[in-house]
Amino acid sequence: MRRLLREPLGLFGLSLVLLVILGAVFADLLTQWDPTRINPRDRFLGPSAAHLLGTDQLGRDLFSRVLHGGRIALYVALVSTAISLAIGIVLGLIAGYGPRWLDNLMILLFDAMKSFPTVMLALALVTITGPSLTSVILVVILVNVPGYARIVRTQTIAIKSSEFVTAAQSMGASTARILRVHIMPNVIGPLVILASMDIPVVIAIEAGMSFLGLGVRPPTPSWGSILNDGFGQIRETPWIAIAGGLPIIIITLGFTFLGETLRDVFDPRLKGRG
Amino acid sequence: MSTLSISGLNVHFSTEAGSLHALKDVTFDVPERRIVGIVGESGCGKSTLINAILGLLADNGEVRSGQILFEGDEDLARLSRRQMQDLRGPRIATVFQDPMGALNPVLSVGRQMINIQYRSPQSRAAKAARAVEMLKLVRIPDAESALGRYPHQFSGGMKQRIAIAMALMMEPALLIADEPTTALDATLEVTTIELLKDLQATIGCSVMFISHHLGVIAELCDDVVVMYAGEVVERGTVRDVFRAPAYPYTRRLLECDPARQSRRTRVLPTIPGEIPDLRQRPRGCVFAPRCLERHAGCDTPQVEHALAGDHRARCNLAPARSPAAVPP
Amino acid sequence: MTAAPILSVEDVRVAFPVGGLLARDAILGVAGVSFEVRPGETFALVGESGSGKTTLARAINGLQDISQGSITFEGVRIDGLGRARMKPLRRRMSMMFQDPVGSLSPRMTVGDLVTEPFRIHGHGGRNLRDEAVRLLNLVGLPADFAGRYPHQLSGGQARRVGVARAIALDPALIIADEPTAGLDVSVQGEVLNLLNELRERLGLAMVIITHNLHVVHHVADRMAVMYLGRFVEVGETGTVFAAPRHPYTAALLSANPEPDPDRARDRITLPAEVPSLMSRPSGCEFHTRCPWAQAKCAAMPPPAGDVACHFPLSPGARPPPREDRP
Repeated sequence: MRRLLREPLGLFGLSLVLLVILGAVFADLLTQWDPTRINPRDRFLGPSAAHLLGTDQLGRDLFSRVLHGGRIALYVALVSTAISLAIGIVLGLIAGYGPRWLDNLMILLFDAMKSFPTVMLALALVTITGPSLTSVILVVILVNVPGYARIVRTQTIAIKSSEFVTAAQSMGASTARILRVHIMPNVIGPLVILASMDIPVVIAIEAGMSFLGLGVRPPTPSWGSILNDGFGQIRETPWIAIAGGLPIIIITLGFTFLGETLRDVFDPRLKGRG
Repeated sequence: MSTLSISGLNVHFSTEAGSLHALKDVTFDVPERRIVGIVGESGCGKSTLINAILGLLADNGEVRSGQILFEGDEDLARLSRRQMQDLRGPRIATVFQDPMGALNPVLSVGRQMINIQYRSPQSRAAKAARAVEMLKLVRIPDAESALGRYPHQFSGGMKQRIAIAMALMMEPALLIADEPTTALDATLEVTTIELLKDLQATIGCSVMFISHHLGVIAELCDDVVVMYAGEVVERGTVRDVFRAPAYPYTRRLLECDPARQSRRTRVLPTIPGEIPDLRQRPRGCVFAPRCLERHAGCDTPQVEHALAGDHRARCNLAPARSPAAVPP
Repeated sequence: MTAAPILSVEDVRVAFPVGGLLARDAILGVAGVSFEVRPGETFALVGESGSGKTTLARAINGLQDISQGSITFEGVRIDGLGRARMKPLRRRMSMMFQDPVGSLSPRMTVGDLVTEPFRIHGHGGRNLRDEAVRLLNLVGLPADFAGRYPHQLSGGQARRVGVARAIALDPALIIADEPTAGLDVSVQGEVLNLLNELRERLGLAMVIITHNLHVVHHVADRMAVMYLGRFVEVGETGTVFAAPRHPYTAALLSANPEPDPDRARDRITLPAEVPSLMSRPSGCEFHTRCPWAQAKCAAMPPPAGDVACHFPLSPGARPPPREDRP
């Protein structure tokens, strides 16, 4: 942890991420405006002391919408990443450690899932379930699981012929024990770092879907829907689009820097010689 | 003139927990046309020594003092990266424990051996012929067709011989061999050693042979340097050092070598303890905490004493024991 | 009165299919091996790479299926036994692996590592922390090592942890794969002394796999030399060392130079390469490298017995001069 704090880029990334998280968590304290409150007289106001980012086409305070939109983004990010990791780890362990035919079958499955373009997947799913937060989460899971499972599978295959696994087998350990105690702790490391670098992607998926109207329904604020509004109203004011786009940029930079620094800290070999 | 003359070499590494004094006052020579063995166990500094000579120390390592004189005029410790690069290969070649460190798995052997000769202005055909000549010298069967094969098609022992052929192809002045036979089976090890001996005689280079296998050193090398915890504790001809070891660590090491134990015994000798923390070197003798002959004089810095001929030992007790000692 | 053997291996063969899904060909990693180990005895399997010794060791421990033959441990036939039925037997037979640090799970503490056998087989109410301390003491490590991780251990210390783990459940037989591999010469003695001491104290039988003949000399009662998956010589260690009867044994013994520069170099040199298992030589499989080979050796396999050779060596035999060799 200390080494992380010493890297300037990591520190920067961490602060950006914390900024967004704190903003989302303490949204109600930081602004007095209700994000869904319509106020037609104050439409298209530029940034001011009262409205830090101005107002949108319905007079809603943009700063408040951004902060609350952060909650959606983070909720989606956390829940879907957690579930994707859980499923991905289990499937990857099974594929890596189990019999060859099972592995081949699962690879086929993963590749099939990965070959779907995200947007098409989203459209298809939403047609069935209707637009909602749940459908966003589902899309994210379907998109992420194959990647995580693949990584866990590769690591599992690499480790399963290690001497310490053979030693466990020779002691009579059950398959479940070997997977749980000997293999899993040694494969999840790189995965955690990867997952943190995927979070911007997850948020982008959510934003994208909301932008297309496939995600959260109005009036719930989501960065994507704010961005959508912003594009529609670009002739009136640029601030709505900025309000929608800025947090996405901030969180993407934040998690990317954080993730890369975490990776460098945990495995300096990847950084280059030395 | 010595091919390599190291004097007073001190290498430090800066770590989070302080400065690590990895090599201390290392001094020895590799004379022309001689094979010098470097003996030591884990932590003795062999790898650091090789890296320092080749200019490949990690970013946090530095040569604080001393010189590494190559062929009498170039101080390797003072050369730039580019200059070292020019030396490595044609003048100073290396062979490592794992031949795959030198062999590219996706290129054929012939291609690699021709590529190494990139500095030479000769034609491709001439370079290929030279490669075949070298492969024959290291006794690879069917050398012409070997050029077209890939490293994985050769056994471990053959790969190592190819690596040796590649190293010696440019006829370097110095060959550094870092545990080249450690990973090979015993019968293969001895044939490789005999091969190295023949090659050295033919090509006339100097060889620095690093190993922890005492028997191999005794057989192959002319001189030997014993290292412990980053210091040269004893050096001399193989005969002097192995027949009349003056430094207690050398003596214990020879006693522990199972090959020495001609009589079957149930309790083998060992050297209990560990090497000291190199961030805080003891003021006196570095081996004292584990030495069975320890006495009061061991707490003062030890000086390298000259014994018979070129035999030197860094132990203040040595001259008293050795009849042919030369007073300092 | 000799007790019944604790381990009995009879004509074991291990074949590995080659050539993809519909493999027709197979290579024999172990080509017919038989031997017995008596309680409290140390038996050494000696050979170089490709000799099949590790495959054989794994087969004995149930980690590798055999294609033919039988393995009997404490009166129970263990080859082909399913995992469930093999499990209780694993309390009685434990194995130590070649890589001292690599055979220890990197994210487990030493304390957890040495008590893992209890976790797998049930600890019957014992306090695991006490057991860890007891085991560490038995192998000469201080109790505070229990909190360390494998990467914080030296080779010798990691090796001791492996020994502690192997004796945790008080087994009757330990299989040790290259117990001195990766260790400096000055600490090799530590491990061997420890094994000897524990053997005497706990009455263990041991099967040691190694290519290091000097280790064998000090630790094993009986030994077998393996070449291409077969035994070429079996006998009491002292006898074999004093007067090797198979040419390969003689060559192995001469291949370990003593650190004595003046010693006469009467080495028996073998032509470099071990034949591939895919194309085994005819007759006596060693004839392609044997300095004493004659016409009969290429034609007929050697007779069964302790020495697999048509012309066993007499004590002190030297290879014929090169010109005389066929």
